[in-house]
Amino acid sequence: MRRRVAVTINGAKYEHEVEPRLLLVHYIRELAGLTGTHVGCDTSNCGACTVDVNGHSVKSCTMFAVQADGAEIMTIEGLAKGTTLHPIQQAFWDEHGLQCGFCTPGMIMAAKQLLERNPNPTEREIRLGLEGNLCRCTGYHNIVKAIQAAAKVMAPGAEAKTPASVS
Amino acid sequence: MIPAAFDYVAPRTLPEAVAELVQRGQEAKVLAGGHSLIPLMKLRLSTPSFLVDIGRINNLNYIREEDGHIAIGALTTHHDIQLSELIRRKLPLLSSAASQIGDPQVRNRGTIGGAAAHADPFGDFPTCLLALEADFIIAGPREERTIPARDFFVDTFTSALEPNEILREIRLVTPPEGSKGTYLKFSRRSQDWAIVAVAAQVSLSGHEVKNVAIGLTGMGSTPLRARAVEQALRGKAGHDDEIRAAAEKAAEGTNPQQDLNGSPD
Amino acid sequence: MAVSQMIGASIKRREDPRLVTGTGSYVDDIPQTAVVHMHVVRSTEAHARILSIETGRAREADGVLAVFTGKDLKSEFNAPLPVTVCFVPDKKYPNHYPIAVDKVLYAGEPVAIVLATSRAAAEDAGERIDIRYESLSPVLDIEKAIEKDAPVLHEEIGSNLSFDVKFASGDIEAAFREADVKIKQRLIQQRLIPVAVEGRGVLADYKPFTNKLTVYTSTQIPHFVKVWLAVILGISESNVRVVAPEVGGGFGSKIRVYPEEILTALASRRIGRPVKWIEDRNENVKATHHGRSQIWDVEIAAKKDGTLLGIRPTQWLDLGAYCSQFGTFQVLGVLVAQGAYKMKAFDGRSVGVFTNRTPTDAYRGAGRPEATYLIERVMDLIARETGLDPVEVRRKNFVRAEDQPFTTLLGLTYDSGDYTITLDKALEMVDYKGFRKEQAEKRKQGKYLGIGLATYIEICGLGPAAATQAATGVSLWGMSVVNLHFTGKATVIIGSSPHGQGHETTYAQVASDVLGIPVEDIDVVHGDTAIGPMGMNTYGSRSTALDGNAVHLSAMKVQEKAKKIAAHLLEAAEADVVYENGKAFVKGTPSKSITIQEIAMAAFQTNRIPKGMEGGLEATTFFDPSNFVWPFGAHIAVVEVDADTGATKILRYVAVDDCGTRINPMVVDGQLHGGIAQGIGQALFEEAVYDEAGQLRSGSLTDYLIPAAPDVPSFELAATVTPSPVNPLGTKGIGEAGTIASSVTVINAIVDALAPFGVKDVIMPATPDKIWHLMHRNGGSNR
Repeated sequence: MRRRVAVTINGAKYEHEVEPRLLLVHYIRELAGLTGTHVGCDTSNCGACTVDVNGHSVKSCTMFAVQADGAEIMTIEGLAKGTTLHPIQQAFWDEHGLQCGFCTPGMIMAAKQLLERNPNPTEREIRLGLEGNLCRCTGYHNIVKAIQAAAKVMAPGAEAKTPASVS
Repeated sequence: MIPAAFDYVAPRTLPEAVAELVQRGQEAKVLAGGHSLIPLMKLRLSTPSFLVDIGRINNLNYIREEDGHIAIGALTTHHDIQLSELIRRKLPLLSSAASQIGDPQVRNRGTIGGAAAHADPFGDFPTCLLALEADFIIAGPREERTIPARDFFVDTFTSALEPNEILREIRLVTPPEGSKGTYLKFSRRSQDWAIVAVAAQVSLSGHEVKNVAIGLTGMGSTPLRARAVEQALRGKAGHDDEIRAAAEKAAEGTNPQQDLNGSPD
Repeated sequence: MAVSQMIGASIKRREDPRLVTGTGSYVDDIPQTAVVHMHVVRSTEAHARILSIETGRAREADGVLAVFTGKDLKSEFNAPLPVTVCFVPDKKYPNHYPIAVDKVLYAGEPVAIVLATSRAAAEDAGERIDIRYESLSPVLDIEKAIEKDAPVLHEEIGSNLSFDVKFASGDIEAAFREADVKIKQRLIQQRLIPVAVEGRGVLADYKPFTNKLTVYTSTQIPHFVKVWLAVILGISESNVRVVAPEVGGGFGSKIRVYPEEILTALASRRIGRPVKWIEDRNENVKATHHGRSQIWDVEIAAKKDGTLLGIRPTQWLDLGAYCSQFGTFQVLGVLVAQGAYKMKAFDGRSVGVFTNRTPTDAYRGAGRPEATYLIERVMDLIARETGLDPVEVRRKNFVRAEDQPFTTLLGLTYDSGDYTITLDKALEMVDYKGFRKEQAEKRKQGKYLGIGLATYIEICGLGPAAATQAATGVSLWGMSVVNLHFTGKATVIIGSSPHGQGHETTYAQVASDVLGIPVEDIDVVHGDTAIGPMGMNTYGSRSTALDGNAVHLSAMKVQEKAKKIAAHLLEAAEADVVYENGKAFVKGTPSKSITIQEIAMAAFQTNRIPKGMEGGLEATTFFDPSNFVWPFGAHIAVVEVDADTGATKILRYVAVDDCGTRINPMVVDGQLHGGIAQGIGQALFEEAVYDEAGQLRSGSLTDYLIPAAPDVPSFELAATVTPSPVNPLGTKGIGEAGTIASSVTVINAIVDALAPFGVKDVIMPATPDKIWHLMHRNGGSNR
């Protein structure tokens, strides 16, 4: 009782025969080999597994791979262009929006959806927009700052900023 | 946490889906957005051997106004309801509730049909649909049938749906111009299930409360109507003292349970 | 960036590019072919005898390679899991093996392991194991555990009492005779689940013919895990390599050698293939240790002018089912309960008991949040009883700057600190007087605002080797190797094992500061026992005070050697050579300098260095400081409590912390943010709840609530800098300070808000339900 699943992840096509019970997150990690998407809980609370499916952020631990058949998926690995970080990734780096980094890919994917839907959010809107993602390290303080910074950079008309290096 | 193995089919039409349910009987379960079912399956608290995924059935995701009512397809997501201009204008109670369910990712996947069929007494939509006196249009092996909200929510996690039936549409009478509604939810954290919540829809005639419907979340084994409060408010001008007196009656006919978040008080 | 600016520079973390792109490798991300998946079958009973385990049906299941029970494995354990002294040398504790054999003592204890070709197959087979138990009454209450007729967990000990020890000094009876004000209060430190967002995970690979074992594990303590894998499994320590790859948070929950580390390695040895075990959240909440779980009773003797005379605290500590490796570390709470204050007498007691629940061990702060909770509640209770302002009570009792170094009644010596400087700054930031006016106004409108403060001190560093060996049984020091390569690039090996703290960045800053090598030319490596000597790992806010200073000292040694080589190359006397900004030159002639890169190259051209000198440019330091370090600070929370719902909203959170020299202020502030949020979690949301059968009811992140973004405010931080005199950098710890201070700060604010209702204490977590009941306990007549 295997089912064929064909998806596009970060622009690349994948096709596999899978058990219907295979969760999308396990498909992404184990069959597509993209381990940036993490699993932090079993109950759809932590958001570490957040990816985009057909333009909507979803928790990939609460979706079967078969449900994603035919979908366009984007994971954290699809955000940077070569070594140029996406403005949200860059802002998380600039503003110290991460510590252990485990929740970060999901947090960034949630932030991406947040800014797509609301390019100029208030602090409260940012916090509510992240309510499905848990972080135990940062107290969210610098995550909020990072998203505010990213919003500025991504705002229409903002100058494309070249990422600075470590030094 | 991996669910027990199951077989799976994703029919393209409602009749095909019903036929699969009829054929599989008790072992089958309907999968819509999956946000109620999949966590239970991962914990192996639910182990269906067959899933009928209705997510690929066309034409079940819509919000439209037709002859005096608003029709919402069962696969319409919380996010789509939250964003719908029509709902915001005509059924703000539903927009308000939609924006408070779970979190953005959950709202992107969760569907109103799934939330209704799950019949969770702590769910947000069931209470709203009860207060709005929704009709549930149900497809099954025989002719389509319609169940009114007061008969739809039977018990905790139990709706009036038969195992071989699928909720197709939710139909709501468009409230009169000037009618107002909102959903007030109290939870420990914003993404949590409600501890209690109140759905209210009020129509005024001049300064007088003409019609009022109040639904309560988390106060019993099903969503409840606060009939005593409604009665106390009807015909009143909505002065503070009148509202306070009415609110005193909120607990009448309820049976809240002790849980980790709160005592019945 | 100029070198002299390295200490104190908020440079961005080098760890981040890999982490924001999802290309860092946590245990479950490490590629491994032919891996076998381990599933741990866990006890569903809190207290029971194992009558039989039927594994036949599981062995026959698809994809299953082996199934092992405790009986199958017990002969291979050469030693039980380690237990350290941790302040209680005479405690009683049982031998704890990684898997149950005859009896299970908590729900979640390993009972069998299944090895299969996929994780799904392993879990499926696990369901086919039939275990028969004879249920025994569970012990779930700290006080009832030591009643005479309580069921006993460990027959060999004879009761559920592990220890009952006193830590006292001064004449406590005299203090109470002198007291005008005597207060008794019970305080609860509820059981907490640490919830690192990455659970634990282990990948073990035992190579049969070479007998070499490599273990990747999500741990704070790779160096300890290596030793104990060798000891328990009887493998030569030189054949064991342990790696902590990216580790997704610890907070104390990854501080001990765990059963699954031993079991995964043993399974690999048994079947000759790499074995992986990844902890589900569902397992994590039961199988990874819990924190706190204490009751504190305190009697307070004070004068009506607010002078504290003495306290008599008793800590009732729930060890859980076994004594965990650092299970009695939390007794430290009694030892440091004197806080920032002077008193005449201290009469402390700690009682440790076993219960049928998950073992407890270190959780962020470990003992110090409890101590701070106690003494800062004491200050507020005295203020309430005397009618004095809580700020004034604190000022009256502070250890003063001129008293430093101050020795407490129990003999601990603070290294430095003026506790008024952080307090004054915090009061100014929050406009304390202005707030009190606003509070009074708002109360008239039926709005309940509260302000709470904590002026904490903290012991950390976990440093002096002799003192830590005496107190904990483990000799703790800092370690570094600074090694310059042929081209003048540097590798810095550290003994700490960071999991989010940014050591790769901050320790590169430290080395760069000394050597004048650009920070990007310095690689900092850690968490791999195959490189460098042993390390003492990361916990207890120890790393920068120990390993960070060890980096400084190794770099200084490298600089010394570089000067010798430079003197040789410049044909000058060593005493005349100056080293500055990565260059050596003869005093007065900086134009004729040679660079550290040139010196490094010469160091590997042994003909160019002085005769008798070893080649290379490398130095190792085991840093043993003269004392612990004692950060301090003042935290203030402003809250509003909703009279209708009992919900608490934190309106402002102000923190002024002094952790000595701040190498990278951005990283320091980040540690505080996270720590404060974690303490807020304890104050408002978190509690591990068990039912009467000993089953964990708050067993998922749906029921165990950790703060999310909307639940915490942005934090207003400021710093003062009092360098520690006990290490060359002047650094103190900061990893736990936020948590140590914030729980009690928030609770003090809530109690203050509820003052009009006669409320003197609120039990954590301060849920809307509890607060609503406190506000309405007299039918709301206090309003």
